[in-house]
Formats: sequence, structure tokens, C-alpha cells
Amino acid sequence: MLSSIIASGLAAGAVYALVGVTYNTMFSTSRVMSFTAGQLAMLGGVFGSMFTLKLGFPIWAGFLLTLALCAILGVITEFIAVRPVLKSLEQHLYVLSTLAVALMIQQVAAIKWGTEPQPFPHLVNLGSGVWDEKFWLPVAACAITILALEYLYRRTLVGRAFLAIAEDNFAARALGLPERNLRIASYALAGIIGGIAGFSGGQLLLAFFANGALLNFYGFVPVALGGLGNNRGAIIGGLALGLFQQAANFLVGGIFSSVAVFTLFIVVLLAAPQGVFGGATARRV
Amino acid sequence: MTAVTASLPERTEAATWRAALTNALPFLGILALALLLPLVGNDYWALIGTRMAIYWVLVSGLNLIVGFAGHLAIGYVALLTLGAYATSVLVAGNVMPAIPAFAALPIAAVVGAIFGVVVGLPALRLRTFYFAMSTLGFATIVTQIALAWQSVTGGGVGIAGPVFPAPFDTAWGFYFLCIGFATFTTWLTANVARSRFGRALIAVRDAEVAAEATGISKPKMLIAIFLLAGGCAAVAGGLFATLQTYITPDAFTFDLSVLFFIAILIGGRGSILGPLLGTMILTILPEIAAPLAEWSTFLYALLLLLIVLVMPGGIAALLDFRNRRPLASNRAIVPRPGALADIVRRSKGGRALSLRGVSLSFGNVKAIDGLDLDVAPGQIHGLIGPNGSGKTTTLNVISGYYAAKAGSMTLGGDPLPAGQPSLRATRGIARTFQTPRIIGEASVLQNVMIGGTVEGKASFVEALLALPRNRQDERMFAAKARSLLAVVGLENLADVRIDRLQHSELRFIEIARALMLDPDFLLLDEPAAGLSVDEIDRLGELIKAIAARGVGVLLVEHHADLIFDICNHITVLNLGRTLAAGTPTEIRVHKEVVSAYLGG
Repeated sequence: MLSSIIASGLAAGAVYALVGVTYNTMFSTSRVMSFTAGQLAMLGGVFGSMFTLKLGFPIWAGFLLTLALCAILGVITEFIAVRPVLKSLEQHLYVLSTLAVALMIQQVAAIKWGTEPQPFPHLVNLGSGVWDEKFWLPVAACAITILALEYLYRRTLVGRAFLAIAEDNFAARALGLPERNLRIASYALAGIIGGIAGFSGGQLLLAFFANGALLNFYGFVPVALGGLGNNRGAIIGGLALGLFQQAANFLVGGIFSSVAVFTLFIVVLLAAPQGVFGGATARRV
Repeated sequence: MTAVTASLPERTEAATWRAALTNALPFLGILALALLLPLVGNDYWALIGTRMAIYWVLVSGLNLIVGFAGHLAIGYVALLTLGAYATSVLVAGNVMPAIPAFAALPIAAVVGAIFGVVVGLPALRLRTFYFAMSTLGFATIVTQIALAWQSVTGGGVGIAGPVFPAPFDTAWGFYFLCIGFATFTTWLTANVARSRFGRALIAVRDAEVAAEATGISKPKMLIAIFLLAGGCAAVAGGLFATLQTYITPDAFTFDLSVLFFIAILIGGRGSILGPLLGTMILTILPEIAAPLAEWSTFLYALLLLLIVLVMPGGIAALLDFRNRRPLASNRAIVPRPGALADIVRRSKGGRALSLRGVSLSFGNVKAIDGLDLDVAPGQIHGLIGPNGSGKTTTLNVISGYYAAKAGSMTLGGDPLPAGQPSLRATRGIARTFQTPRIIGEASVLQNVMIGGTVEGKASFVEALLALPRNRQDERMFAAKARSLLAVVGLENLADVRIDRLQHSELRFIEIARALMLDPDFLLLDEPAAGLSVDEIDRLGELIKAIAARGVGVLLVEHHADLIFDICNHITVLNLGRTLAAGTPTEIRVHKEVVSAYLGG
């Protein structure tokens, strides 16, 4: 039982972690927490199933097309829901505008794709039992994504520019960094990461429109635990959340696992409002 | 800090009644239409009208959270679900002996109120997004629990909704019951909105820092509102279960949540009429556009996006005719400091505000480094120095926004605890801010009234039920605020939305707001910044008149003329340390001050 708790916990946790990274990627360049993060991951599953099962594309083509469409949706989000409200000082506006886009995505998915969960294909057919690909694939995808992001942020000029903007937007602009283009690029990147989350977790979560709202919450919990914009915190928080949820699932049953996650969320936020790995609060006066 | 003798432009009782009636008129009109509906409608209309009334029972409470406090509760369908199941389960007798519907409803309301607070806990400390998320998370788990807890909720099969006794068991009978509840919650929430609690909610939303300085405690306010809204939502849930006659988890789709809070945003923030109209429109919309019913959530979302991008004020802003009239362009601020004597109680005096060895650093920067300072009652104490010398930081330490790392503060011999900005108002310390911090969407009068919040005597429950003590409070606040506006020379602008005013006017309004408290000490942070020469002269006279009432004034300012004109005592700061202290004459010739700051 322990091995299946760990396998399913790490798998679900990896998906949550990737959604958390999706939130962070958008947040880093725009200071906006976007409700589209979970929807992008949902679309990763839905598009993946659509291209490979319904339309019969090869896996690699379906994968690339899924990522491309998610990236485009990320950019669309930036154009219609983020850019127009960035100038406004009121932080509640971006919550509403990104929520509106997220709801539209979800509703279109529900109508065009259907409201029933639909199957997602086997991708590599390797392993069985607790080594089934539906368990190890999300973990592998999460690890590869993190390594790629680390490479991007540490070794490439574009990645460093991302970091500069995340660190100090005004200073970065004063240095002549193309802030707007980098923001668009980061939303495309977030779309890709969300797409990877949904595609790699496709067999675990199936292609289901309601995954969007679910992943919005379960993906936000690690971000809240780890501190906004902190990818390391999101990964650790995501995996821990997955393990905690699955352990609760096996030990006390399905209903109480979601209650346990919600309680954990509230308690941690009250005890450590900035997250376990978060920084200090900004000056207010 | 309580004595009030408001006498200046007292408004007559009749005028107050007329204003109240004008405000109530649209609501009475809607109620009259609702009561006439049975004469023209069939059972189909009874169903729609009932649904509208039930939704409004929930939305009216939620409106205080979303529209007034500005917290985005996007998953409030969860509390509707909770109320529906609580009522149905109690009436069905699944966990304890069955009880009548009218007894189950209040119990459900209590359950809803408790969970309203639990879901709202993150909002007490964190930003908007966290609360949005916690309500969303709650919405997902409540449905899961309703599905899984079969022995009680009937799982996917569902459970029968409660049936109310005659005469409420027919379509129109139940309709009138729901209209009754809707009228009642409208009255309750309107009472809260019009009281100091409603203003405090908006203040916390738009100017949290200033709200703290006036003594508003955000957690207490929000918990009261969460209790109320949770209770309303659960009652709505109970009624909803009756309307459905049979409930399953599928009945509580997330689309309902979306409808609820979009109704409020379409209606406009800080309004009750707007969200009421919003709820009615959104309930009818899918009915008259039947082919679009499937797309209703998409349309709501599109509407939300349009509202956010194009018309952030919503319906309420459209209906706000009064604030579209142009203001006179040649307005002048002519304070009448003489009238102060009638309004602001003479400070008891004798108590001094003292700082000893106060230090505070941000990282390696020592913002204040061992500062001693005494502000005596009735004296104007100037605090000057170059930029970054620690003047504003000193004000922030006194008013509790920063906790000093070392040193002590005393007020008349009693220690003044570090931190706790919201407890300064009760100690008689009021302040203004370097950049005026105002509630942009409220009127000038309401902005000034905020300053007196801690002087209100009525409790939240008294405000909720509009009991006499609350009405007394309100009359006192309004009269005093009008008088103080007359003192600063802005009484003609009392009913104007404050964000239409000029910067210099805001400076004087902040002073009026601070005076609402009858403060013993007034901390002014660069009150003359951005004022014309004439205005600075008038400001000087006003400050002198305030000090003459026994108030100790601590004045941070860059205008050397003003400082040397009106101050009794001056402290010069440089790099967080006292460079010099003494009377204006001493400071004017102090060598280091002249070379470091004054020049010449």
C-alpha cells in the first residue's frame, strides 16, 4: 500500500507542482496570478486526447500541437486579460479578468468536448503496477521541465532577462529590456508548461473539462505553501501535497482527503501567510 | 474623546427623511412590482420570481463581501449547497429526529454562518486572490462530500427538499415567503451598508492603511460580514432546496457561483440597488434567450470581462446621475478655523507624547537612530530634515505601522505599545498621510465620517437592525462631519464623490477626517505639499487653531516658512539622528542646520 500511496502521490503531486510552476511563470513577469493556469493543464489533457485518439495523429505530433495551442492560449490571455488591467492599481481586476477568460475556456471545453471524462492514450507502454506510466510520466515530465527551466534561467540570456524582470520590473526596463515582449514570451512559456502538465498527467486525470477548476485550486495550494513566484517552493509543495492527499485518500477515504487538503491550506495560510519559503512582506506605508 | 457638540449646519429632520425616502424609492418600486406579479403571471413566472428572490437572499449578503469589502468570493455556491443540504437533512431526519422546515432554516443559517467564517479566514490576512481560491477550493470539496457521504446526503441519488407548511406550500405562497426573506435581507444589508460598519468595509477595501489609523479592525469587521453572508447563503440554500423539490449535487453547478458574483460586479461595487438589478437581469437572461441557455456561463464570463475592461463601475455608476454634474472650476478652500471651538472638544491636556532612544533600521540602513522627541499638548512641533532623514518613519513608528527595534514611547506616562496601528485612534492619536489616502468611490462626507469610527457606540447587531443607538451614532457622525467640512471650507462638496476633487482639497479633507476623532495628538505628514501659497497660509491658520484647542501637533514639512511661522518647537533630523532641537529662532541660526538643510 505504501508503494501505491507514494506512486500515486508523487504523480498527482508532480501535476500540481507543474500547475504551480505555470502560475509562477505568469506571475514572475506580470505580478498577476492567473486563473487560466489550471485550465491550461486541463486543455493539455483535452487537446492531447483529441489529437491522438479522436483525430489519430501520432503521439509526437499531438504533443507538439497541444503545446502550441496552449502557448497560443497563454498569449491570448496576456493580450485580453492581463495587459489591459496591468496599468490599474486595483489588484482585484486581474482576478476578475483572468477568471473570465478561464470560465470561457472551461465552458467552450465543456460544450465542444463534452462533460464526461474521456480516455487518454498510452504514450510509451512501459512499466506496470506502481511503475505504470501514468505514475512515472508526470514525475519525469516535472523533472525534465524543472531542469529545462533551470537551464533557461541560469544559462541563457533570455532566461536571465526573465529573472531580471521578475526581480525588479522598473530597473529591468531602465536597462532597456523589452519588458512587454518578455511578458508575452512568459505567458507562452506558461502555456507550454501547463500543456505539459495536462499531457503527462492525461492518463491519471483523463481528458475532462472539470479538471480545470480542480487543478486551479490544487495547483495554487503549492504556490501558496511555497510562496508566490518561488518555483522550488512550488515543486516541494506540490509533491508534498500529492503525497499528503493520497495518504489521506488511502487512510481515511476519499471525502476526507479533500477536506484534509482544504484544512491544510487554511491552516498553513494562517500560520505562514507568505508561504513556508516566502519572502518578507512589502512596505505598506 | 467623546464630547460632541455639533451645531453648525444642522439638517432638519424632514430633510433627512426625504433623503432616506429617495434612497428607498427604487427598492419600494421593485417590491411593489414583485407583489403585483401574481396578478399578471402564471406559475412559470412564479418559478422565475421565486428563483430571483432566493438568489437575491444569497447575493444581498455576498454583496457586503464582494461589493463592499472587495473580497472576491467566487465559490459561494458552496454555502448555498451547504444550506440546502443542512435544511433538507434536518427536515428528512437523516441524522437526528426530523424537525419542521421553519426550525431547520435557522439551524442551517448558523451552520452557514460558521462555514462562511472558515472559508473567509484567509481573507483576514492575505490578498484577494487567496480568498478567491479558498472559496473555489471549498466549492469543489462540498460537492465531493455531498456525493460521497451517502448515508446523510443520499449521494448521487439525492434527497428531497424541505416542504413548508400551508400557506407556503403552493407556488405563489412559496413565492411570497421568498419575497419576504429577500425583503428582510435587503433591509438588513442596507442597514449595515449605511452604518459605520459599511463605511469601514469600504475603507478597508480602498484605503486599508488609513482605515487602520482611524481604528478600524479589519478582522473583526470581516468576521461579522462573513457570519451574515454565510447565514444568508444558507437560508437561500434551504429555500432553493424547496424550490427544486429534490436536490442532487448536480443541482449546484459552479455556474451558480459565477452568476452570484457577476451579478454584484455588473451591479457595481458599494451599491445595493445595482446588484439587485444585476441579479434580476442575470436570472431572466437565460429564460428569454432559451437557445443560449447552454452558453449562459460563457455569456456571463464575457459580460464580466467587458465590465472589467470597459465599465468598472457597473450599473450603479450608470445610475449615479448626481456625480455627473460638473463641479465649479473656480473653487477656493476657505477654512473657518474659528468654528472649531464649537465642534472639537478642548483636549484635556497635560499628557505629553514622548519618544526616548527610538531606533529602527531597514536592512543596513538606520532610518531612525536613537531619537528623542516630546510633543506637548497645545504645541506645534515641527519635524524637518532632508529627504531620507527619518521624518515619515518617525510618524509611522508613532502611529504603529513600524515597530521600533529599540527605545520606548509613552503617552502621558503610559507606555505606547509598538506596532498595532489600529489601536492608535482609541488613544487619541490621529494622522494624515504624505499621499492622501482616501476612499475614492465614497462621498466626501462619508470619507470624513470614517474618521470617527471608534466613537460609534452601537454594536454590529444594533446597526444590523437599525436600532435607535445606531441612528443616534449616524446623526452624530453626519452632523459632526458636515461641521468639520465647514471648518476646512469644503462643506459645499460634502456629497460629491471624493475622487473628483483636487489634490489640495484632499489634504484638507484628511485633516477634517483626523479631527473627527477629537484627537489629543495630530500627526501631519507634509500637509502643505502641493498647495498654493494662499492655501499654505490658510493651512497654517487652521493648524494654529487646532493646537489652540489643546491638541498636540507633530508637523512634518518641507516648507521652511510654514514651519518657522507656526511651530513652537522644532526638531531637525539628519540620517535618523537629531541634528538640532529648539525654538524656531534657535534653529534659524543653528550653523549645522543652515549648512545641511536650509542653505544660505
